[in-house]
Amino acid sequence: MSETTLSQPQRNIVSRLWNDKETRSIIIQIIAFAAIFALFFYMVRNAVINLEAIGKDISFDFLWQPASYDISQSLVEYTSRSSHFTAMIVGIINTLLIAVFGILLSTVLGFLLGVLRLSKNWVTNKLAYVYIEYTRNVPVLLHILLIHGLIVHALPLPKNAINVSDAAFLTNRGFFLPSPEIQPLFWFVLALFVMGIIFSIWFRSYAKRVQDETGKYYPVFWISLSAIMGFPLIMYFLLGSPIDWQIPELKGFNYKGGMVIRPEFIALWIALSCYTAAFIGEIVRSGITAVSWGQTEAASALGVSRGRTLSLVVIPQALRIIIPPLTSQYLNITKNSSLAIAIGYMDIVATIGGISLNQTGREMECMTIVLLLYLTFSLLISAFMNWYNKRIKLTER
Amino acid sequence: MRVTQFAALGAALSLTAMTAQAGTLEDVQARGELNCVVTTGVAGFAAPDENGKWTGFDVDFCRAVAAAVLGDGEKVKFVPTTGKTRFTVLNSGEGDILFRNTTETMSRDADLKLTFLPVNYYDGQGFLIRKELGINSAKDLDGASICIQTGTTTELNLADFFRVNGMSYEPVAIETNEEGITNYSANRCDVYTTDASGLASTRAALDDPSAHIILPEIISKEPLGGAVRHGDDQWADISKWVVNAIIIAEELGVTAANVAEHAAAAGDNPSINRLLGTEGDMGAMIGLDKDWAARAISAVGNYAESFDRNIGPDTPIGLARGLNASWKDGGILYAAPIR
Repeated sequence: MSETTLSQPQRNIVSRLWNDKETRSIIIQIIAFAAIFALFFYMVRNAVINLEAIGKDISFDFLWQPASYDISQSLVEYTSRSSHFTAMIVGIINTLLIAVFGILLSTVLGFLLGVLRLSKNWVTNKLAYVYIEYTRNVPVLLHILLIHGLIVHALPLPKNAINVSDAAFLTNRGFFLPSPEIQPLFWFVLALFVMGIIFSIWFRSYAKRVQDETGKYYPVFWISLSAIMGFPLIMYFLLGSPIDWQIPELKGFNYKGGMVIRPEFIALWIALSCYTAAFIGEIVRSGITAVSWGQTEAASALGVSRGRTLSLVVIPQALRIIIPPLTSQYLNITKNSSLAIAIGYMDIVATIGGISLNQTGREMECMTIVLLLYLTFSLLISAFMNWYNKRIKLTER
Repeated sequence: MRVTQFAALGAALSLTAMTAQAGTLEDVQARGELNCVVTTGVAGFAAPDENGKWTGFDVDFCRAVAAAVLGDGEKVKFVPTTGKTRFTVLNSGEGDILFRNTTETMSRDADLKLTFLPVNYYDGQGFLIRKELGINSAKDLDGASICIQTGTTTELNLADFFRVNGMSYEPVAIETNEEGITNYSANRCDVYTTDASGLASTRAALDDPSAHIILPEIISKEPLGGAVRHGDDQWADISKWVVNAIIIAEELGVTAANVAEHAAAAGDNPSINRLLGTEGDMGAMIGLDKDWAARAISAVGNYAESFDRNIGPDTPIGLARGLNASWKDGGILYAAPIR
């Protein structure tokens, strides 16, 4: 309180409190918090009263009842006799599958687009520009419907399938691919692969130590690559290819055997990835542009090659700018995967938040589950990206 | 569709106690409009015509209730829903009554808290398939891709049918009948399955209906009827007896054309007199006036008239009465008497 307030005792206490900047902000915060809490309380109470009025209670027992419906894409054992809970697990896996594959493809495409946008070649530059502007200015739902429509309408029926060297078959019911059947000898190959990874990790730190001490430089990347991929591949062929490939065959209506990627998955995956890649492209471009050109010039003045300038000077600094907005794009792709419902891809919203909800009439329970699941996924992705961001941020010495 | 679902949930959250419970009749009368939950479009049952006016067999029952309650069969606001959103929309109070090719089941009645009205169409689940595939029985469908509306009883019947017969299939989930037609036309699925009546309607909407057949097997019982929310018995009674009145009108030979004449003065037939309020006051028992049934019948005609106009043999849908013939003509359509 200042002296002016004390010298005017006739002004009432409310206006005095109000005129003090600090007290005022506290009062406003209390009011805002109370209002939000009251609104939330009112809604919950209202929902409870309305549910009670029609005699519905809140109960999660339905999760253990048989779901009674079939799901077309399921990576775990699921039949119509499985419980709603299992159906939810199937939905979670399908959502995560789209999220993970979407994040991978959009990142690769996005970095490519970002680099193309910086290209000095006029044609590549403008092509990337046109692609980015078109893709990110059309709602992602339209991309999904367009690609799904293209697959379903343009690709042939199973009996006229596009035959890719008698192993893979492309149809409007999905892409039928050979599935691997692993023979016992394959485990040797796998063991060699794991040993390759362990060796690479050790070799990387060894090479760094040697370089620090003597300045001698090893081609770490190529040596690691041959350890991880090269030796296992040689072993694989020496052992006589110990994987049997089960080729899909046309039987009746559809192909049987092998594995299938459904049009719904492809459409959702490609559409979400292409859409998000446009945003990532711009993020990457802004990140690279933000690294001062003087640093590149300085590196080349020291005789560092262009490639190593990029990988040792520009990209590490650009990443610090790229990672935070990239995180929100990863969150977007995960949340946008719920648009799956438009084409009938069986994600969380379609299984537990859709069919289970409808067959059991448990709106509150199902929607709460769906909400909490998305929240969990988003927080996990954020946590991971924050950890990564901390790891690569500028270490001040 | 997701939007509707969330909107419905939002509505359930935010509407006050006014949405629930008794007083639906007062609400409807105060509003001057009946909110009727229908499909997003199944030709013959409920679909907007070329002028945007909703027509169809289910629509007629909406109009009959509106005529009985509000005196005008046009005072209906149609709320189109998918198979998934229909019950949420009804239970949240967005709709007053539901006529949406809906199968009556025990869990919907007891667990989803619905009160079902008398069955207005006895149906069963069938399969629509292209003739060129040369399939004559549902037992030969092993391995087929099947389009199926989510959130329906047909979805559950299908799973049971294939499991019991030891066959596999690929379910292609769709939300609405239009989506089903699109996917089936594009050959995304070999078979479209839903109630046989819906298949007849779908077949009529295809480019070349004669290239498709409905397989002979009917794999389930689907008694289709209207529904209202639990808890408002008066409203349930009104809805129930309007449906019965439409069915009884056929039995008694009362039509849209002659109803005014019958209702003008009491005649020889006490059943007709009770139905049309020229004798006794049945309407008062459900909170309406004497002419409630006369208004409903003059708005849409009796059961046979509505059936023939919307889905009968002379329409593109071309359904025969079959089970749905009046009990007097060998069918099982049988309404409790008004007395």
